[in-house]
Amino acid sequence: MSATAAGLLQLVILLVALAVVYRPLGDYMARVFTSTRHLAVERAFYRVVRVDPDADQRWTTYLFSVLGFSAASVLFLYAFLRLQDRLPLSLGMDGVDPALAWNTAVSFVANTNWQAYAGESTMGHLAQMAGLAVQNFVSAAAGLAVAIAVIRGLVRTRTDRLGNFWVDLTRGVVRILLPLAFVFALVLVAGGVIQNLSSPEEITTLTGGTQSIVGGPGASQEVIKELGTNGGGFFNANSAHPFENPNAFTNLVEIFLILVIPVSLTRTYGVLVKDRRQGYAILAAMAVLWGVALAGVTAAEVSHPGTVPEAVGATTEGKEVRFDTWASALFATSTTGTSTGAVNSMHASYTGAGGGIVMLNMMLGEVSPGGVGSGLYGMLVLAILAVFLAGLMVGRTPEYLGKKIGRHEITLVALYLLAMPFALLVGAAIAASFDDTRASLLNDGPQGLSEILYAFASGANNNGSAFAGLSANTDYYNTALGLAMLIGRFVLMALVLALAGSLARQTPTPVTAGTLPTHRPLFVGLHSFTVIVVAGLTFFPALALGPIAVALA
Amino acid sequence: MSIGALARQTWAGLRVLIAFTVVLGVAYPLAVTGISQVAFGDQADGSLVEHDGEVVGSSLIGQTFEGEEWFHSRPSAAGDGYDPLASSGSNLGPESEELLALVEERRTAVAAEEGVDPADVPPDALTASASGLDPHISPEYARLQVERVADARGLDPSDVGRLVEDHTQGRILGVLGGERVNVLELNLALEELG
Repeated sequence: MSATAAGLLQLVILLVALAVVYRPLGDYMARVFTSTRHLAVERAFYRVVRVDPDADQRWTTYLFSVLGFSAASVLFLYAFLRLQDRLPLSLGMDGVDPALAWNTAVSFVANTNWQAYAGESTMGHLAQMAGLAVQNFVSAAAGLAVAIAVIRGLVRTRTDRLGNFWVDLTRGVVRILLPLAFVFALVLVAGGVIQNLSSPEEITTLTGGTQSIVGGPGASQEVIKELGTNGGGFFNANSAHPFENPNAFTNLVEIFLILVIPVSLTRTYGVLVKDRRQGYAILAAMAVLWGVALAGVTAAEVSHPGTVPEAVGATTEGKEVRFDTWASALFATSTTGTSTGAVNSMHASYTGAGGGIVMLNMMLGEVSPGGVGSGLYGMLVLAILAVFLAGLMVGRTPEYLGKKIGRHEITLVALYLLAMPFALLVGAAIAASFDDTRASLLNDGPQGLSEILYAFASGANNNGSAFAGLSANTDYYNTALGLAMLIGRFVLMALVLALAGSLARQTPTPVTAGTLPTHRPLFVGLHSFTVIVVAGLTFFPALALGPIAVALA
Repeated sequence: MSIGALARQTWAGLRVLIAFTVVLGVAYPLAVTGISQVAFGDQADGSLVEHDGEVVGSSLIGQTFEGEEWFHSRPSAAGDGYDPLASSGSNLGPESEELLALVEERRTAVAAEEGVDPADVPPDALTASASGLDPHISPEYARLQVERVADARGLDPSDVGRLVEDHTQGRILGVLGGERVNVLELNLALEELG
């Protein structure tokens, strides 16, 4: 079979698997977040941690719970990493330095999982499983909770209540993430991913040399890293490492895990707003963006333009033999379209066009299909903008699902859409302006600028992948990227919850002949176009100096 | 709402986090480890391979093979080459002059070593993998090395060639990933051959 046919068939298998679970998982998640019953284990959990599961929170309280939980998480994880040398299973690793511990703590709490460290030489097993992997679960569940609260804002009327964060968080973990993670962790181990508590063991190789065989609870972390769209690798090489991703089967499983919740959540949305077509329309817009990006990256990597790829005859630099070009491009598109940031190939060594598209994929705001929860609420914000633009064209007060988009709402939408570019471009501009910060670059010229842009795009969009040539473990990058991650996560969450609070208070407007239908192909087109135009207008000048210049070189 | 309210929520958050840490950070990974060790012990421990009763590596982790009597792995950017304590790609970009020079240097070296035209050196022999630990090479690169290895070991090239064919793995289910040869397994089989 030709590589093209195999690559296309692999894509078909992935899409069929996603289609099969779409309805059951989407419907199940809708039930999870609407059920009035607490499981016995959940009731016990609420008693132990002393939170009232039946309190219905205002958007401000909901937000304070998110922020309080996240602040506690940052402090806890920071202390954990600083003190890891005093804890068991540290493998003799030192406590993590302050700037790196801050960056890593923020990174994992913000669902970014940017890694300025190499796992195998920095983190002991306990820090990995009880520090970092716990955040893989709960940061994903927090994103999911916020998305559900935003949906409630659209569904509910004449109320100032959006639900209970602690309940949404707990149910997301207990009923969705943990069961899926448990099952698929075993699937990954069966496929060859390691799961042990061994220290590195030095062996004598066949030729008489020595090699350290590393160990660790890999699969239990790998699975939630993908499922929670986190992306922080157990090892430096992330999902390119054979112990994290041993073959093309585990590779496809991991891509499936990355996409399954963000995709199925559109079904949940359709069920919750009692109009499934709305969910399909959001999914269609996500699929258009993902599909175009996938076609672009695959075409660029297969046709391999550029000085080095042409000299080599392929884009094998930074790719593993067991994943061919197609499996690498599929992973790259999915990981950057979802705010995951795991990599099975090194994006820095992609062609100019391929690397540029995966960067743009993040700059769209992580909505194709986006991170767990964050992809959906990001897409809803853009849908509201699309409705507003359409309203301007016909001179009519715009509404989305019967909720009026007035001055207050569109102000919040505008702030939401400006916060991420602000964090990205300001951080990158400072980094590009000083000799000290430029000293971290591996490549020079446009490729060097791409390294900086990619890093801040990755941080501000909570992706976490990198053009990894950048030596990011410096005080400036650790601090600035930490701030970018915080803005990209929590300022956006605050704005979107404020938006939900405002929508929930409204009395719905009845549908009339003049209402713009938001489930038709026309709107899907308008919606995807809006996503591209917003990102294009914001980032084209920066992209032109970086990846576009590389691609045209 | 006030700082007091935020402080209360942070305190609640800390309680929730500690409870989750016990469940998700200790119980869950230990349960997965326990089941994995029982049901999939070999894989869970890293798919180790033995030779004469000694562990000589993992079939998933590539090794450096130097000398004419071995099939060689790809170039590696992990430490000094295939160092599992420093997994990494080169991260050099498509226009990097440094990478271009490296590629040309490798092409000349491999062509001279295998006695072939520089244009016939396959891409994976010229480039470093993403992890620096890639256990595989392409079937083309393996076939390219047959003559040299057979010569160095005093074996019949057709026997060594057959060994390469036997160790060429196709796409999984005929569809997934790339065609490949596991270098450590191939070299082990070579040792058995004599």
